[in-house]
Amino acid sequence: MKGLKAYIIPLLFLSPALLLLIVFRFFPILYAFLLSFQDWGIGGSKGFIGLLNYKWLLQDPFFWQSFWNTINYAIIAVPLSIIVSLFIASLLNKGLKALGLYRTIYFLPVITSMVAVSIIWKWMYDPQRGVFNYFLTLLGMHPLKWLEEPRGIIELIVGKELPYLIKGPSLALVSIAIMSVWKSMGYNIVIFLAGLKNIPDVYYEAAKIDGAGPWQRIKNVTLPLLSPTTFYVTIMTTIASLQIFAPIWLMTGPPPGGPLGRTSVVIYYLYQKGYEEYQVGYGTAIAFVFFLFILAITIFQKTVLEKKVYYEV
Amino acid sequence: MKFKNILSKIIIYTIVISGALFSLLPFLWMISTSFKTQREAIQIPPTWIPKLFTLDAYKMVWTKISFPRYLYVSTVITVFTLLGVVLTSLLAAYAFSWFKFKGRETLFVSLLALMMVPIPVYVIPLFILVQYLGWLDTYYALIVPWSVNIFAIFLLRQHMRSIPKDLYDAAIIDGCGRLCFLFRIILPLIKPAVVTISIFNIIGSWNAFMWPLMVVNSNKMRPIQVGLAYFSQGESTNYPALMAASFIAILPLVILFFIAQKQIVASYAKSGLKG
Repeated sequence: MKGLKAYIIPLLFLSPALLLLIVFRFFPILYAFLLSFQDWGIGGSKGFIGLLNYKWLLQDPFFWQSFWNTINYAIIAVPLSIIVSLFIASLLNKGLKALGLYRTIYFLPVITSMVAVSIIWKWMYDPQRGVFNYFLTLLGMHPLKWLEEPRGIIELIVGKELPYLIKGPSLALVSIAIMSVWKSMGYNIVIFLAGLKNIPDVYYEAAKIDGAGPWQRIKNVTLPLLSPTTFYVTIMTTIASLQIFAPIWLMTGPPPGGPLGRTSVVIYYLYQKGYEEYQVGYGTAIAFVFFLFILAITIFQKTVLEKKVYYEV
Repeated sequence: MKFKNILSKIIIYTIVISGALFSLLPFLWMISTSFKTQREAIQIPPTWIPKLFTLDAYKMVWTKISFPRYLYVSTVITVFTLLGVVLTSLLAAYAFSWFKFKGRETLFVSLLALMMVPIPVYVIPLFILVQYLGWLDTYYALIVPWSVNIFAIFLLRQHMRSIPKDLYDAAIIDGCGRLCFLFRIILPLIKPAVVTISIFNIIGSWNAFMWPLMVVNSNKMRPIQVGLAYFSQGESTNYPALMAASFIAILPLVILFFIAQKQIVASYAKSGLKG
């Protein structure tokens, strides 16, 4: 009796959260897995088809295109965001006046909705009347097509057409990456600032006494001691980048994912197949491949990058 | 040496201030465009301060489109999701930190694993579930699935664990039961953590896009982000109206941000340190 009672009261406290989690998280995840083995379209399930959805997926050029776009996007957005934020954070950490003011301004885009931000940036990127092309012409440069440019940035730099895999991400995709760096920068700066503040001054003083110059102090004191923070920021930024959705829906096309499918990303493709076209089985197969991919990337980062992380003991 | 110091200060301030201007530029451009006439908005070279200052765009967004309604829907969603999350997380965190029962740690670790699954992985079956429940186009679909938040449970549990256990005995002697203890004694002690989860939730609910886009069909159930998104498709070249609409959509959180700026930034900073 006493054993039972030891469960009932905690369970009462847990039940609202557990019930919601079982119904709206655990069950859908399990269900997604089952759905991915079924031919599920308008009108419901037409039965189990084994691994066929996954087979079709691997043969689907549009899936591979969105997959490749997503990777290209992350390769641009993640390092750019980390380098810019770390650079700004280290400058802000030098005891500036009105630090709070700068931090507030940098942070403002973080709390702003991606929808509003996408609409504002689309207007700024407008090839005819946008403010970015106005700046370019002021500087005496050629205006760009920004979100309407399907050509890869490497193609644009070398000035001729290149094979698919070395085109680089389209300028349209890079434009979205620049916007998302702008949006996420404040968050990363705040995290980096907190990390930098945790490095005790004594280390810098000791390095100074040993005759280390400013560059050596960054390389041998700041970066190793900041590495847990950098590691965290890298993982979070990567996971967020791989899930980019709203800007594709709002800024590209019509149809979204354009021009020429060069901005279609995995989550957009998932939305298109699983929701818009109601190919539920196929959509959930995309979801699972995407999940395995995120998992693989995270495990890779954990095993390869974490070796380089210096945890203080 | 002195000259070198001043020079480096100048360089640092120049970079930091240009970065800050870059962060502000889109907002300034949005505000500037929103007060222009359509003709002035597309004029080249652009003007930064409207020559002909007009509120037409705001009037259009406010009266012709259902923006007040969108704001209302978003407010309802934000408030009720917040209440749900705070309540479910407080109770669950209490169970995880003040009761000893077999399987407690296993259950907690399973929740953390569940937290790692990104929303897009289960968004389609969740949609089918909500459709099956007959919740499409209702507040239930927009509120109930998000009234639980594993990160919030995790954060509150961390804070509750640091409270000394003798406090409970003292409370019981004073005739205070479990719920009274949780809400009258623990809650005030972990207020900063509750503020943190509230901030994340308010920002998350207000800015949510993909899920509401999927479960809402009718114009009258659109939260602000979805209303804004459809408006931007319909009026893709009416720039003053688009900017006025975007401004209205972000204004409530911007105001909140300026009121609680310190707590908001600190909450995000701490969430990073916990990792």
